[in-house]
Amino acid sequence: MASASSKSAYWKGFKDGAPFLLVVGPFGVLFGVVATEAGLNITETMAFSIMVIAGAAQFTAIQLMQDEAPTLIVLATALAVNLRMAMYSAALTPHLGSAPLWQRACIAYFTVDQSYAVSAAQFEKTPDWTLSQKIAYFFGAVTPVCPMWYVVTWIGAYAGTAIPPEFALDFAIPITFLAIIAPLLRTLPHVLACATSVILALSFAWVPYNLGLLIAALGAMMVGAQAELMLSRRIKP
Amino acid sequence: MIDSTQLWIVILGLGAGSFALRFSFLGIIGKRPLPEWVLRHLRYTAVAVLPGLIAPLVLWPAATGGEPDPARLTAAAVTLLVGITTRNVLAAIFGGAIALYGMMYLIS
Repeated sequence: MASASSKSAYWKGFKDGAPFLLVVGPFGVLFGVVATEAGLNITETMAFSIMVIAGAAQFTAIQLMQDEAPTLIVLATALAVNLRMAMYSAALTPHLGSAPLWQRACIAYFTVDQSYAVSAAQFEKTPDWTLSQKIAYFFGAVTPVCPMWYVVTWIGAYAGTAIPPEFALDFAIPITFLAIIAPLLRTLPHVLACATSVILALSFAWVPYNLGLLIAALGAMMVGAQAELMLSRRIKP
Repeated sequence: MIDSTQLWIVILGLGAGSFALRFSFLGIIGKRPLPEWVLRHLRYTAVAVLPGLIAPLVLWPAATGGEPDPARLTAAAVTLLVGITTRNVLAAIFGGAIALYGMMYLIS
Protein backbone atom coordinates (compact mmCIF):
# COMPACT_ATOMS: atom_id res chain seq x y z
CA MET A 1 0.00 0.00 0.00
CA ALA A 2 1.80 3.05 -1.32
CA SER A 3 0.03 5.70 0.77
CA ALA A 4 0.64 3.92 4.08
CA SER A 5 4.33 3.43 3.34
CA SER A 6 4.68 7.06 2.26
CA LYS A 7 3.18 8.08 5.55
CA SER A 8 5.69 6.03 7.53
CA ALA A 9 8.52 7.42 5.36
CA TYR A 10 7.30 10.95 6.15
CA TRP A 11 7.36 10.30 9.89
CA LYS A 12 10.75 8.63 9.67
CA GLY A 13 12.03 11.80 7.96
CA PHE A 14 10.39 13.93 10.63
CA LYS A 15 12.08 11.92 13.38
CA ASP A 16 15.48 12.12 11.66
CA GLY A 17 15.16 15.87 11.08
CA ALA A 18 13.94 16.76 14.58
CA PRO A 19 17.34 16.68 16.39
CA PHE A 20 18.53 19.51 14.10
CA LEU A 21 16.15 21.81 15.97
CA LEU A 22 18.93 22.08 18.54
CA VAL A 23 21.23 23.59 15.90
CA VAL A 24 18.72 25.55 13.83
CA GLY A 25 17.02 27.13 16.87
CA PRO A 26 19.96 29.06 18.39
CA PHE A 27 21.46 29.75 14.94
CA GLY A 28 18.23 31.39 13.72
CA VAL A 29 17.83 33.41 16.92
CA LEU A 30 21.40 34.60 16.45
CA PHE A 31 20.65 35.68 12.87
CA GLY A 32 17.62 37.65 14.03
CA VAL A 33 19.74 39.33 16.70
CA VAL A 34 22.69 40.11 14.38
CA ALA A 35 20.40 41.44 11.63
CA THR A 36 18.60 43.69 14.10
CA GLU A 37 21.95 44.92 15.48
CA ALA A 38 22.93 45.76 11.87
CA GLY A 39 19.84 48.00 11.61
CA LEU A 40 17.40 45.73 9.74
CA ASN A 41 13.73 45.96 10.72
CA ILE A 42 11.51 42.90 11.31
CA THR A 43 10.18 42.80 7.74
CA GLU A 44 13.68 42.94 6.25
CA THR A 45 15.02 40.32 8.67
CA MET A 46 12.11 37.95 7.99
CA ALA A 47 12.36 38.48 4.22
CA PHE A 48 16.02 37.47 4.47
CA SER A 49 15.28 34.19 6.25
CA ILE A 50 12.28 33.32 4.07
CA MET A 51 13.80 34.21 0.68
CA VAL A 52 17.33 32.91 1.28
CA ILE A 53 16.80 30.18 3.93
CA ALA A 54 20.56 29.58 4.33
CA GLY A 55 22.13 30.78 7.58
CA ALA A 56 25.80 31.01 6.63
CA ALA A 57 25.10 32.98 3.43
CA GLN A 58 22.76 35.32 5.35
CA PHE A 59 25.43 36.05 7.98
CA THR A 60 28.01 36.60 5.22
CA ALA A 61 25.79 39.10 3.41
CA ILE A 62 25.03 41.06 6.60
CA GLN A 63 28.71 41.22 7.54
CA LEU A 64 29.81 42.44 4.09
CA MET A 65 27.05 45.06 3.91
CA GLN A 66 28.18 46.36 7.30
CA ASP A 67 31.70 46.60 5.85
CA GLU A 68 30.12 48.71 3.06
CA ALA A 69 31.11 46.27 0.32
CA PRO A 70 29.53 46.92 -3.12
CA THR A 71 26.30 45.02 -3.87
CA LEU A 72 27.89 42.78 -6.52
CA ILE A 73 30.64 41.69 -4.14
CA VAL A 74 28.09 40.96 -1.41
CA LEU A 75 26.06 38.80 -3.81
CA ALA A 76 29.08 36.99 -5.29
CA THR A 77 30.60 36.16 -1.90
CA ALA A 78 27.35 35.05 -0.24
CA LEU A 79 26.50 32.91 -3.28
CA ALA A 80 29.97 31.38 -3.09
CA VAL A 81 29.10 30.31 0.46
CA ASN A 82 26.00 28.66 -1.01
CA LEU A 83 27.78 26.85 -3.84
CA ARG A 84 27.48 23.67 -1.79
CA MET A 85 23.73 23.79 -2.50
CA ALA A 86 24.52 22.95 -6.15
CA MET A 87 26.40 19.91 -4.88
CA TYR A 88 23.37 18.88 -2.79
CA SER A 89 21.13 19.38 -5.82
CA ALA A 90 23.39 17.12 -7.89
CA ALA A 91 23.43 14.49 -5.15
CA LEU A 92 19.62 14.41 -4.75
CA THR A 93 18.90 14.31 -8.50
CA PRO A 94 19.33 10.54 -9.01
CA HIS A 95 16.72 9.95 -6.26
CA LEU A 96 14.21 12.75 -6.75
CA GLY A 97 14.91 13.83 -10.36
CA SER A 98 11.84 12.08 -11.81
CA ALA A 99 9.34 13.97 -9.62
CA PRO A 100 7.03 16.49 -11.36
CA LEU A 101 8.54 19.93 -11.97
CA TRP A 102 6.53 21.75 -9.28
CA GLN A 103 7.59 19.19 -6.69
CA ARG A 104 11.22 19.52 -7.77
CA ALA A 105 10.90 23.30 -7.35
CA CYS A 106 9.56 22.82 -3.80
CA ILE A 107 12.34 20.32 -3.02
CA ALA A 108 14.91 22.81 -4.37
CA TYR A 109 13.61 25.62 -2.13
CA PHE A 110 13.82 23.37 0.94
CA THR A 111 17.26 21.93 0.11
CA VAL A 112 19.27 22.98 3.18
CA ASP A 113 22.22 21.37 4.98
CA GLN A 114 19.98 19.34 7.28
CA SER A 115 17.37 18.06 4.80
CA TYR A 116 20.14 17.12 2.36
CA ALA A 117 22.25 15.37 4.98
CA VAL A 118 19.55 13.06 6.36
CA SER A 119 17.98 12.38 2.93
CA ALA A 120 21.28 11.49 1.24
CA ALA A 121 22.11 9.12 4.10
CA GLN A 122 18.64 7.53 4.06
CA PHE A 123 18.39 7.09 0.25
CA GLU A 124 21.80 5.43 0.32
CA LYS A 125 20.48 2.90 2.86
CA THR A 126 17.14 2.24 1.12
CA PRO A 127 17.70 2.55 -2.65
CA ASP A 128 14.62 0.38 -3.30
CA TRP A 129 12.23 3.01 -1.90
CA THR A 130 9.67 4.35 -4.38
CA LEU A 131 9.79 7.96 -5.56
CA SER A 132 6.78 8.88 -3.39
CA GLN A 133 8.43 7.35 -0.31
CA LYS A 134 11.61 9.33 -0.94
CA ILE A 135 9.70 12.58 -1.46
CA ALA A 136 7.65 11.93 1.69
CA TYR A 137 10.85 11.31 3.66
CA PHE A 138 12.45 14.53 2.36
CA PHE A 139 9.47 16.67 3.35
CA GLY A 140 9.28 14.84 6.66
CA ALA A 141 12.84 15.97 7.39
CA VAL A 142 12.02 19.52 6.25
CA THR A 143 8.95 19.85 8.49
CA PRO A 144 10.64 20.35 11.89
CA VAL A 145 13.61 22.31 10.46
CA CYS A 146 12.49 24.97 7.97
CA PRO A 147 9.32 26.49 9.57
CA MET A 148 11.33 26.71 12.80
CA TRP A 149 13.97 28.74 10.95
CA TYR A 150 11.38 31.49 10.32
CA VAL A 151 10.02 31.36 13.88
CA VAL A 152 13.40 31.61 15.62
CA THR A 153 14.55 34.41 13.26
CA TRP A 154 11.49 36.36 14.37
CA ILE A 155 12.23 35.68 18.05
CA GLY A 156 15.84 36.83 17.59
CA ALA A 157 14.77 39.97 15.77
CA TYR A 158 12.50 40.88 18.69
CA ALA A 159 15.07 40.00 21.35
CA GLY A 160 17.89 41.74 19.45
CA THR A 161 16.69 45.25 20.17
CA ALA A 162 16.85 44.51 23.90
CA ILE A 163 20.49 43.36 24.07
CA PRO A 164 23.03 46.01 25.26
CA PRO A 165 26.48 46.45 23.59
CA GLU A 166 28.34 45.06 26.64
CA PHE A 167 27.40 41.60 25.38
CA ALA A 168 29.93 41.96 22.52
CA LEU A 169 27.46 40.63 19.95
CA ASP A 170 29.85 41.84 17.23
CA PHE A 171 31.66 38.59 17.93
CA ALA A 172 28.60 36.35 17.43
CA ILE A 173 29.36 35.95 13.71
CA PRO A 174 33.04 34.93 14.10
CA ILE A 175 32.20 32.44 16.86
CA THR A 176 29.33 30.90 14.90
CA PHE A 177 31.43 30.54 11.75
CA LEU A 178 34.39 29.08 13.65
CA ALA A 179 32.00 26.58 15.20
CA ILE A 180 30.76 25.61 11.72
CA ILE A 181 34.27 25.37 10.25
CA ALA A 182 35.94 23.36 13.02
CA PRO A 183 34.03 20.08 12.49
CA LEU A 184 34.66 20.38 8.72
CA LEU A 185 38.43 20.17 9.21
CA ARG A 186 38.40 16.39 8.98
CA THR A 187 40.98 15.78 6.22
CA LEU A 188 44.37 17.27 5.34
CA PRO A 189 43.01 18.96 2.16
CA HIS A 190 40.27 20.64 4.24
CA VAL A 191 42.88 21.93 6.72
CA LEU A 192 45.11 23.19 3.88
CA ALA A 193 42.18 24.92 2.16
CA CYS A 194 41.22 26.59 5.45
CA ALA A 195 44.79 27.78 6.10
CA THR A 196 45.10 29.11 2.53
CA SER A 197 41.83 30.99 2.92
CA VAL A 198 43.00 32.70 6.13
CA ILE A 199 46.48 33.60 4.81
CA LEU A 200 45.22 34.93 1.46
CA ALA A 201 42.32 36.85 3.03
CA LEU A 202 44.66 38.59 5.49
CA SER A 203 47.32 39.34 2.87
CA PHE A 204 44.76 40.64 0.34
CA ALA A 205 42.75 42.60 2.94
CA TRP A 206 44.02 45.80 1.26
CA VAL A 207 42.31 44.99 -2.08
CA PRO A 208 39.28 47.30 -2.54
CA TYR A 209 35.61 46.17 -2.62
CA ASN A 210 36.35 43.13 -0.41
CA LEU A 211 37.62 41.40 -3.57
CA GLY A 212 40.42 39.95 -1.42
CA LEU A 213 37.97 37.45 0.08
CA LEU A 214 36.93 36.17 -3.35
CA ILE A 215 40.61 35.79 -4.33
CA ALA A 216 41.23 33.91 -1.07
CA ALA A 217 38.20 31.63 -1.59
CA LEU A 218 39.19 30.71 -5.16
CA GLY A 219 42.79 30.06 -4.12
CA ALA A 220 41.69 27.95 -1.16
CA MET A 221 39.32 25.84 -3.28
CA MET A 222 42.14 25.14 -5.75
CA VAL A 223 44.55 24.22 -2.94
CA GLY A 224 41.98 21.85 -1.39
CA ALA A 225 41.17 20.17 -4.72
CA GLN A 226 44.85 19.85 -5.69
CA ALA A 227 45.81 18.44 -2.28
CA GLU A 228 43.01 15.87 -2.55
CA LEU A 229 44.20 14.87 -6.00
CA MET A 230 47.83 14.49 -4.89
CA LEU A 231 46.88 12.46 -1.81
CA SER A 232 44.67 10.09 -3.80
CA ARG A 233 47.46 9.56 -6.37
CA ARG A 234 49.91 8.71 -3.61
CA ILE A 235 47.52 6.19 -2.02
CA LYS A 236 46.77 4.43 -5.32
CA PRO A 237 49.31 1.69 -6.26
CA MET B 1 24.06 51.75 8.54
CA ILE B 2 23.07 49.46 5.68
CA ASP B 3 21.42 51.19 2.72
CA SER B 4 17.84 49.98 2.31
CA THR B 5 17.94 49.75 -1.51
CA GLN B 6 21.14 47.71 -1.40
CA LEU B 7 19.61 45.51 1.30
CA TRP B 8 16.56 44.63 -0.80
CA ILE B 9 18.68 43.99 -3.91
CA VAL B 10 20.82 41.61 -1.82
CA ILE B 11 17.79 39.85 -0.27
CA LEU B 12 16.08 39.32 -3.62
CA GLY B 13 19.30 38.54 -5.52
CA LEU B 14 20.58 36.14 -2.91
CA GLY B 15 17.17 34.48 -2.68
CA ALA B 16 16.97 34.01 -6.46
CA GLY B 17 20.61 32.95 -6.74
CA SER B 18 20.36 30.43 -3.89
CA PHE B 19 17.23 28.95 -5.44
CA ALA B 20 19.00 28.70 -8.81
CA LEU B 21 21.88 26.81 -7.17
CA ARG B 22 19.47 24.43 -5.43
CA PHE B 23 17.32 23.94 -8.52
CA SER B 24 20.28 23.64 -10.94
CA PHE B 25 20.77 19.91 -11.20
CA LEU B 26 17.44 18.75 -9.83
CA GLY B 27 15.44 20.97 -12.17
CA ILE B 28 17.43 21.50 -15.32
CA ILE B 29 20.49 19.35 -15.74
CA GLY B 30 18.72 16.13 -14.75
CA LYS B 31 20.55 12.88 -14.21
CA ARG B 32 23.82 13.65 -15.99
CA PRO B 33 26.67 13.46 -13.45
CA LEU B 34 28.92 16.44 -12.68
CA PRO B 35 32.51 16.32 -13.92
CA GLU B 36 34.75 15.02 -11.15
CA TRP B 37 36.95 18.15 -11.11
CA VAL B 38 33.94 20.39 -10.47
CA LEU B 39 32.77 18.22 -7.55
CA ARG B 40 36.30 18.20 -6.17
CA HIS B 41 36.35 22.02 -6.02
CA LEU B 42 32.79 22.27 -4.66
CA ARG B 43 33.75 20.06 -1.72
CA TYR B 44 35.97 22.86 -0.39
CA THR B 45 33.67 25.88 -0.79
CA ALA B 46 32.74 26.13 2.90
CA VAL B 47 36.31 25.86 4.24
CA ALA B 48 37.51 28.19 1.46
CA VAL B 49 35.08 31.08 2.03
CA LEU B 50 34.22 31.15 5.74
CA PRO B 51 37.74 31.18 7.29
CA GLY B 52 38.78 34.07 5.03
CA LEU B 53 35.62 35.97 5.94
CA ILE B 54 36.20 35.81 9.70
CA ALA B 55 40.02 35.96 9.92
CA PRO B 56 40.11 39.80 9.78
CA LEU B 57 37.16 39.99 12.23
CA VAL B 58 39.09 37.85 14.72
CA LEU B 59 42.45 39.68 14.35
CA TRP B 60 41.19 43.23 13.84
CA PRO B 61 37.71 43.55 15.46
CA ALA B 62 35.87 46.79 14.66
CA ALA B 63 34.51 46.94 18.22
CA THR B 64 38.06 47.63 19.54
CA GLY B 65 38.95 50.01 16.71
CA GLY B 66 40.84 47.30 14.82
CA GLU B 67 43.23 46.51 17.69
CA PRO B 68 43.77 42.79 18.45
CA ASP B 69 41.79 41.96 21.59
CA PRO B 70 42.82 39.18 24.03
CA ALA B 71 39.21 38.31 24.94
CA ARG B 72 38.16 37.85 21.31
CA LEU B 73 41.35 35.98 20.36
CA THR B 74 40.86 33.59 23.29
CA ALA B 75 37.19 33.08 22.42
CA ALA B 76 38.13 32.26 18.80
CA ALA B 77 40.79 29.76 19.89
CA VAL B 78 38.43 28.04 22.36
CA THR B 79 35.62 27.83 19.76
CA LEU B 80 37.98 26.22 17.26
CA LEU B 81 39.40 23.76 19.80
CA VAL B 82 36.00 22.70 21.15
CA GLY B 83 34.70 22.37 17.60
CA ILE B 84 37.59 20.20 16.46
CA THR B 85 37.52 17.94 19.53
CA THR B 86 33.73 17.51 19.91
CA ARG B 87 32.69 17.95 16.22
CA ASN B 88 29.63 19.62 17.71
CA VAL B 89 28.63 23.09 16.41
CA LEU B 90 26.51 24.03 19.43
CA ALA B 91 29.15 22.93 21.96
CA ALA B 92 31.72 25.05 20.11
CA ILE B 93 29.43 28.13 20.12
CA PHE B 94 28.77 27.76 23.85
CA GLY B 95 32.48 27.20 24.57
CA GLY B 96 33.40 30.32 22.61
CA ALA B 97 30.72 32.44 24.31
CA ILE B 98 31.81 31.30 27.78
CA ALA B 99 35.47 32.07 26.92
CA LEU B 100 34.52 35.51 25.53
CA TYR B 101 32.46 36.57 28.55
CA GLY B 102 34.91 34.96 31.00
CA MET B 103 37.86 36.85 29.51
CA MET B 104 35.95 40.14 29.33
CA TYR B 105 35.04 39.71 33.00
CA LEU B 106 38.63 38.92 34.00
CA ILE B 107 40.13 41.82 32.02
CA SER B 108 37.64 44.52 33.04
